[in-house]
Amino acid sequence: MHIADTDLHMLGANGIVGAGIPIATGAALASKVRGTKEVTLCFFGDGANNTCRYHEGLNMGSAMRLPIIYIIENNLWMVSTRTEDVMNITDLSCRAAAYGIPGVSVDGNDVLEICEKVGEAVERARNGEGPTLVECRTYRWRGHMEGDPQFYKPQEEIDEWMKKDPIPRYEKYLLENGVYTEEMMNELKQKMLEEVEAAVKFAEESPSPSPEEVLEDVFA
Amino acid sequence: MKKVTFLQAQREAINEEMERDDTVFALGETIREMSTTGIWEGLITKYGEGRVLDTAISEQAILGAAIGAAAAGMRPIASLMFVDFLGVCGDELINQLQMTYMFGGKIKLPLTIVAGCGAGLSVAAQHSKSMFGWLMSVKGLKIAIPSTAYDAKGLLKAAIRDDNPVAYFTHKLSADQTSEIPEEDYIVPLGKADVKREGSDVTIVSIAYSVTRALNAAEKLQEQGISVEVVDLRSLVPLDKETVLESVKKTGRLIVTTEEPVTGSAAGEIAAIVASEAFDYLDAPIKRVCAPDTPIPFSVGLEKTWLPDEEDLIKAVTEIV
Repeated sequence: MHIADTDLHMLGANGIVGAGIPIATGAALASKVRGTKEVTLCFFGDGANNTCRYHEGLNMGSAMRLPIIYIIENNLWMVSTRTEDVMNITDLSCRAAAYGIPGVSVDGNDVLEICEKVGEAVERARNGEGPTLVECRTYRWRGHMEGDPQFYKPQEEIDEWMKKDPIPRYEKYLLENGVYTEEMMNELKQKMLEEVEAAVKFAEESPSPSPEEVLEDVFA
Repeated sequence: MKKVTFLQAQREAINEEMERDDTVFALGETIREMSTTGIWEGLITKYGEGRVLDTAISEQAILGAAIGAAAAGMRPIASLMFVDFLGVCGDELINQLQMTYMFGGKIKLPLTIVAGCGAGLSVAAQHSKSMFGWLMSVKGLKIAIPSTAYDAKGLLKAAIRDDNPVAYFTHKLSADQTSEIPEEDYIVPLGKADVKREGSDVTIVSIAYSVTRALNAAEKLQEQGISVEVVDLRSLVPLDKETVLESVKKTGRLIVTTEEPVTGSAAGEIAAIVASEAFDYLDAPIKRVCAPDTPIPFSVGLEKTWLPDEEDLIKAVTEIV
């Protein structure tokens, strides 16, 4: 459930909405105290925007001019609640003004636009100019958790957004601009598929932890 | 040897650890203001505002950022003023400090939370708590509370060097306590209790300023011919139950005193351990000398009634000896 990969400096998905914001802010603070050029990317959903951590974290990141990009994946749904029903703003990046930092809203299904805007934010962060708030407008195809029947969502809405799938859209761009050939693309897809299948096989064939492991790793 | 106060001892600990390890840094509310009077004095000047950071009053951001910085390889000291404020960052405490376990030991969180605890200054229910029992139920958190300046320095250094989250509290009434400490580097290991006074008739197990109260009570009881052994736990997690059990096996009587409402107190847990593991050695029922199950009153008179003090301890001892 809470995937993390410290080898990649990925500090973990959080089970508590908004809790990752101060933690990511702390990772950025570590870079600043150490005096490195590292930049932290902090991802959270539209739901996290109304938790107190959002405010405390963005205020700290801004006040300390930390090298961090706060990235909202606005997928229009907070668990089973429609975001627009519980927030009186549509442009979530407007809250950046409250912290004296730049805020920008982008098409969250456009790989290149995200890359460009986040790239500019990373540049700012590296130059010691502090955080940027980037809202990526997108959609959550699936339920909040596996097995969620999504009775609360109209099927037409899901269908409409599935047409905006960012992967084929970017694929089209790569093919049209000659970055990839059809053959290279298929090869890449095949490679990815095999990697995922191998990972699933590894997980399924790995033994369950032994009972004594329940007591391990409470402390480092 | 040299004589230092509780505050000087903590300041020395932080200074020495910041000097020996450049991953140690501090952040927290009112650090700058308190730097003129408290444990941060001189540290901002010496290490700069890049390593001793005054933050907004944002407990979630302070503890959350400490967790993030620790996960990223630093050793932050997070200053939260008073234990009572830990409730504000309750999620960081109960859900986020557990990364080591949740990620199969791949992430360690070497961070220290420093805060004042305890009643006795008539600052009412929101600035006087200790919450030892409540905090013991938080998993993955070590808890250390000194009762002497000597332990204040040694425990704080051990806390900063520990690879886990450590809550290090100091009782408000301990601030002026002084000790002789060595000139050279020393630590007081976490999880090692200290027999602060040897005795043979009854054991009083305690922590924080309650140790001082127990020692005062022991002195008065000595005049009545009752010999009291006082065990200072010094840390609640890890808990040095061996020292407690050894003392109870010698005296046959146990009083546990902690400054918190009795229900759900650390005292209850210690009483349960002794009842389970040393029942045959007990000559009398175990007594918990704690506070009544109420918030902490503001009125000076009511607060005195609320606090488990020397008189309460003397009364409890004379009931079982």
